[in-house]
Amino acid sequence: MLGFLLKRAALALAVAVTVSIISFLLLRASGDIAVAVAGEGATEADIEAIRIQFGFDRPLIVQYFEWAGNALTGDLGQSVYFRVPVVELIGERMPVTMGLGALALVFAVALSIPLGVAAALRPNSIIDRLSLWIAVLGQAMPSFWFALLLMLVMGVWWRWLPISGAGGFDHYIMPAIALGYYATPAIMRLTRAGMIEVLESDYIRTAHAKGLGTGKVLFKHALRNAVIPVVSLAAVQFGFMLSGSIVIESIFALPGVGHLAWISLQRSDFTVVQGIVLMLSVIYILMALVADLFNAWLDPRIRVA
Amino acid sequence: MSEIPILKVEDLRVSLPVDGGTLNAVRGVSFDVNRGETLCIVGESGCGKSLTSLAIMGLLPRRAKREAAALAFDGQSLQGMSPRGLRKLRGDRMAMIFQEPMTSLNPAYTVGDQLMEALLTHRKVSRSEARARAIALLEQVGITAAERRLAQYPHQLSGGLRQRVMIAMALMCGPELIIADEPTTALDVTIQAQILHLLLELKREMGLALVLITHDLGVVARIADRVAVMYAGEVVETGTAAEIFSDPQHPYTRGLLSCIPVPGRTRPGEHLGSVPGVVPSLIGSFTECGFRERCPLAREACARPIGLTPLGEGRAVRCVLAETEEAAA
Repeated sequence: MLGFLLKRAALALAVAVTVSIISFLLLRASGDIAVAVAGEGATEADIEAIRIQFGFDRPLIVQYFEWAGNALTGDLGQSVYFRVPVVELIGERMPVTMGLGALALVFAVALSIPLGVAAALRPNSIIDRLSLWIAVLGQAMPSFWFALLLMLVMGVWWRWLPISGAGGFDHYIMPAIALGYYATPAIMRLTRAGMIEVLESDYIRTAHAKGLGTGKVLFKHALRNAVIPVVSLAAVQFGFMLSGSIVIESIFALPGVGHLAWISLQRSDFTVVQGIVLMLSVIYILMALVADLFNAWLDPRIRVA
Repeated sequence: MSEIPILKVEDLRVSLPVDGGTLNAVRGVSFDVNRGETLCIVGESGCGKSLTSLAIMGLLPRRAKREAAALAFDGQSLQGMSPRGLRKLRGDRMAMIFQEPMTSLNPAYTVGDQLMEALLTHRKVSRSEARARAIALLEQVGITAAERRLAQYPHQLSGGLRQRVMIAMALMCGPELIIADEPTTALDVTIQAQILHLLLELKREMGLALVLITHDLGVVARIADRVAVMYAGEVVETGTAAEIFSDPQHPYTRGLLSCIPVPGRTRPGEHLGSVPGVVPSLIGSFTECGFRERCPLAREACARPIGLTPLGEGRAVRCVLAETEEAAA
């Protein structure tokens, strides 16, 4: 178990370093940052001054190690636009984004796992068809479009929920549904496939032969084995949700990290963008690590050699 | 004897819908099992012996259809019994051991959990009592360090150990009937002998009735009180083990027996027999003797469905030759 833990942690660290290099290089490759920072109408001399001020004139590798080294000490640099530390900017907004992500994940799991199980119990039944339709719709509709529909129906027509801004819990419901729905199809279909496979396995027959009730067979013996692949998928989906939050937070005007990323991209605030990409990647990597550990708890074949 | 058999099966039929028709996998199987008796059901792969056992336990795949003139456990009909009533019997008074010990235990739970669950489901006992029972049974089925095994997971055990665990699990509630579906087929030969020996011993000690399904006649010779030979979804011959081995009546039984060496009868260097051909397709309805295609004694009269001819108490054969002999007698 300890070996497994160390191996996974080392892998996560390697991925984090790789992601930091890629995100650093991508931003440099997307154009001359000095020009972007200087803005329109800047003279050649202004641009040159900015280049020296931010150290863009130095070799890339030096710039990367300086940035990465500072990041390790918790310093992601200053925002070009806000003139405050990036860490502060992200720190203020992280609770909004994490809350939204968590709520969206809860919504996705609470909708897709019961539907997936119900569909698996009666393949080709009405509930199976219905859940398939829900999956197809979720896959086909862009999340911004679904978000606008939600706003129109639940916010404008029915006036149930606020359509914009941050405030109480009610401000998070629609964004979480819009964000979570996107993750629903994959989780639901994998749950269904997993359950169908597990329900045909020999140990389920053994459970029936023991005289266990349907509930025990389904939820103790079948579901635990069927959700093992779903856990890894849910972690991946959570990563997609973090990137999806850029769109959703902008639409619902939620002041989260996604919203910050959106305005910083518009303002060429490269230190902020770089910091956000790094932070979100690290969160994603941590989620994957947590998923691995959760799976090890579920499946003794991983945990006990 | 007017004793109620622990298991009564009469005209059991199992069919499965398949591409191009209906697969009539079990076509009218009948047998009784008395308390404390061992019945061996013998036959080659695909003759319907496994489906017969699943049909008795009510564990057939959902798409399979089961019909029977009678199907009773200790005088109680299993047909039309509520799922709840059936659950109460299963694992308590009748238990099953499966062919594949590698996949028949749940990989996510410990051996102890799965053993204790069997008892906790049917009896109002504490967890520590269930645990004590599990340890006692693991020891009885010849597992050393039983207490430590309880905390282990199936993947940490060998196939032989897993099958012992399955046997212990079947015994948890002290059943009156155990149905074992080829319990040794997936195991090494040396382990096979141990497991069979164990089953036989337990049967004697506990006085339970055993239905053993196998294709291994060597096993039958060692363990059976009575034998039912199945072919193509039908019982073609029944009798005591002694009768079947010393005086086989059906050409298929004779063919099967010629395939195994018999000490004292088979001379060194002598060729063993075989039954040529393959089992007929069971899709659609049958209009002739199922064994006709492969039978060395086939004749015109075989071109119709053949009934069982009784040859005495618990002895019957499904062959035209027996019919004509009986008519002549």
